[in-house]
Amino acid sequence: MKNYFKYIAILALGVVSCEPELENPIEDGEVYSNGEADFSNYVALGNSLTAGYADGALYITGQQNSYPNILAEKFALVQDTEDFTQPLVSDNTGGLLLGGTQIAENRFVLAGESLATARPARYTGAAPTTDVTKKLTDGPFNNMGVPGAKSYHLLAPGYGSVAGVATGAANPYFARFASAENATVLADAAAQNPTFFTLWIGNNDVLSFATSGGAGVYQQNVTDFTQYGPNDITDPNAFAFVYNALVSQLAGGENGAEGVLINIPNVADIPFFQVVPTNAIPLDAATAGALNAQFGAYNTQILPGLVQAGVITEAEANSRKIIFAEGTQNFVTLTDEDLTNVSGILQQPPFNLDAQTAGLLGQLRQATTSDLIPLTSAGFIGTTVNNNPMLVNGVSVPLGDQHVLTSSEQQLVAQVTAQYNGAISAIAQEFSLGLVDANSLLSQIDSEGGLVYQGVPITSQFVTGGAFSLDGVHLTPRGYAVIANEIVKEINATYGSNVPAVDVGSYGTVTLNNNVQ
Amino acid sequence: MIMKKLFLLGLLILAGATTYAGGYRVSLQGQRGLAMGHTGVAVINNAELAFFNPAGLVFLESKINAAVGVSAVFSDVVWQNEEFGQSARTDSPVGTPFYAYFSYKLNDRFSVGLAAYTPYGSSVEWEKDWAGSHLVNDIELSAIYVQALASYKITDNLAVGGGPIYVSGSVNFNRNLNRTLTDLEGNRSNVTIDASGVSAFGWSAGVMWSPIDSLNIGVNYRSEILVEAEDGDADFENIPNSPLTPFEDTRFDATLPLPAELTVGASYQLNEQWLFAFDYNRTFWGVYESLDVDFANPNIPDSTNPREYEDSSIYRFGLQYTANEMFTLRAGYYFDESPVQSGYFAPETPRNDSNNFTGGLSVNVTDKVAIDASFLYSKFKEIDESYDFYQENGQNVPFEGTYKSSAFVPGLGVTIKI
Repeated sequence: MKNYFKYIAILALGVVSCEPELENPIEDGEVYSNGEADFSNYVALGNSLTAGYADGALYITGQQNSYPNILAEKFALVQDTEDFTQPLVSDNTGGLLLGGTQIAENRFVLAGESLATARPARYTGAAPTTDVTKKLTDGPFNNMGVPGAKSYHLLAPGYGSVAGVATGAANPYFARFASAENATVLADAAAQNPTFFTLWIGNNDVLSFATSGGAGVYQQNVTDFTQYGPNDITDPNAFAFVYNALVSQLAGGENGAEGVLINIPNVADIPFFQVVPTNAIPLDAATAGALNAQFGAYNTQILPGLVQAGVITEAEANSRKIIFAEGTQNFVTLTDEDLTNVSGILQQPPFNLDAQTAGLLGQLRQATTSDLIPLTSAGFIGTTVNNNPMLVNGVSVPLGDQHVLTSSEQQLVAQVTAQYNGAISAIAQEFSLGLVDANSLLSQIDSEGGLVYQGVPITSQFVTGGAFSLDGVHLTPRGYAVIANEIVKEINATYGSNVPAVDVGSYGTVTLNNNVQ
Repeated sequence: MIMKKLFLLGLLILAGATTYAGGYRVSLQGQRGLAMGHTGVAVINNAELAFFNPAGLVFLESKINAAVGVSAVFSDVVWQNEEFGQSARTDSPVGTPFYAYFSYKLNDRFSVGLAAYTPYGSSVEWEKDWAGSHLVNDIELSAIYVQALASYKITDNLAVGGGPIYVSGSVNFNRNLNRTLTDLEGNRSNVTIDASGVSAFGWSAGVMWSPIDSLNIGVNYRSEILVEAEDGDADFENIPNSPLTPFEDTRFDATLPLPAELTVGASYQLNEQWLFAFDYNRTFWGVYESLDVDFANPNIPDSTNPREYEDSSIYRFGLQYTANEMFTLRAGYYFDESPVQSGYFAPETPRNDSNNFTGGLSVNVTDKVAIDASFLYSKFKEIDESYDFYQENGQNVPFEGTYKSSAFVPGLGVTIKI
């Protein structure tokens, strides 16, 4: 009798410990498949976009939401994978220290008392704690994304030298985790023998020119990268050569890894160039009248005179006219390096202008709707020079080259971007790799209505659109999730695998905080 | 020999168990009734009648009747979304619904009684910040019913009974504010609403008719009770330091309906050994249209969560075998129709239709005291379902996936007849 009770008790306990089980639990690893790809050791190469950089800084939660980390989580559902490691910074403040001195700014947060007045501002609630001189010792790291890196930097020995950071010869982000002073990003990545890789590089080869308002030089046909300045455009052929070298190392040969290449978006699609209008100078009637009087002789005598002298065409003369009106929609003035420089001629007869005035008028024009103003110039336009109310930046004092990406600069950027993307596409084909067209993806996000996930639209609208972080260039976690989801789609199409999709809407956007200055 | 049969019966029922005692109606109001598929509206057995049908109390032979018991609810749910590779399972604390019934026969025609029981409750705990955390992280609902009873025999074979019910309810519910809001460190913003000692009143009444000695027919109705939490605590955590979000600790009002239930049933005593029972329950869940939380702070948007439950039926079958003076064996089955409609499948009460198997026995320790043991398991089918009425920026964002529930509920009680 007692035995029966005992058996029933044991049976009952057996049932109690019996958890509910689904017929096809995803934990069993039979729902998904890797196809022809092997995700067991995934390494990601790239720049800030790969590192999970957002809001003008690198911080922990941004890194945790990097597209490589999102991908690695999905890969782990498909097959047994090694832990995906990232060179995490020390805090969520962002910013970098070099031996205690701050060398990179804190992150942006969205601050303000109401939605109408909310603005991005640098977070000051805590001091940055990530010191470049404290090398990470728990490498190697699967996420080899290095903020600021251009294509050729991945091949540059010493790019991760701590000593080189102070002189500007090295990159502080790579210095944190480079395996040695003379290590290269590519060698550190290849040494991990990746079975799968993603490569998203080349953005900065053209983007830093654009974000600097075109303050750099187009290094056409220059293949010696040591001659390049930070804001220069990399020569497209040199880019193709470097890119091919990167991919050969990773995907070439018998044991080459499978992978996905991601191409370069168009810089005009990012909010960084969409927030500040070219025509938002407010003027009352008196000021507009005074300005028009000031530029009256320039418009009616000097410009026609230059046409008569055969220096410029009638069309160029018209484009160089400066006209203001009462209202809020006056275009800014700028010095456009692509215009014929007439300052020398203006100092000669019949114009006989003084050097200062001739310099001011030398390449002067008013902006048009085709010009783009970088987000970082927002606070500059309308300020005065030396507190002189007569010298207003963007009005009586033309904006410098770095404050405007002119339409001809934009054309150059677009043309080079297309050349880069042509090279990336050809290399993807040559090595039979996947290719994600981030260029067209971000155009869709930038189009009317954006991209829609589960009914929720994602657009390039600054602050509220969901895709772009508060620096206007880098993505939010949700934006990176879109990228990760496209990479998943491309992997599944290229390698016949079944990797689960990314739940884009469950990733956040901008962070609210009022601990700002 | 009999024990061996029981053992085998137990084995059969236990085999392949996947069960759940779900929703927030918890049918565990007596080990004897539960062992017979939770039938009892027409079974004259012990003081459990105080719950099943108070009219029957006067038919109990002894002058003093008491029954107390407690169950241990081991119930869990697993969920996954194959599209996104998300999964989660609950780690719910063990629920312990109880009952205590007492009746006293004043004279041959009139009995009075007292009852305390817990017919509604829920305790579901998902992994913190799981994929459905914007709907629920964890919930703990309980309602203790205390009831005074009278049972009056109109004729020798017809009795009525009933009495007023006092309810003391409590709720503790935590969910994340939406799918993404965090503080600067990435901690998810969430709210806990907590209210306890919420009082409410209701009643129940029944009729018991015994047309012939071997047949009993019973009807019982328990009224709807609205538990209205007023001025409960709403505790907001991990809110970003910004006036751009209106969230801060405040008070809340909310109403949770405990629906009315009508039961009709019959029992038939075949011979000295065998008793058969059948109950039909109709639970008037239609009253549960929406779970609305009204925050006192006018800047905090009220939370509206459509539920749109529908009235549902339960069909119960039980049998009892009196083996000898010492042992009585019981078994039962019931089919429990879910009140939850497709598209309203919220993970705080993930409940679909279930097949339920019960068994148990009583051991008469003395003439006056018996030990009652029972178990229940509820077999749920795996189901693909969604909750479609969560909104972000005015847009419905469905939360969907595959659910499977399981539960096992052993229970123990004591019956006293003096």
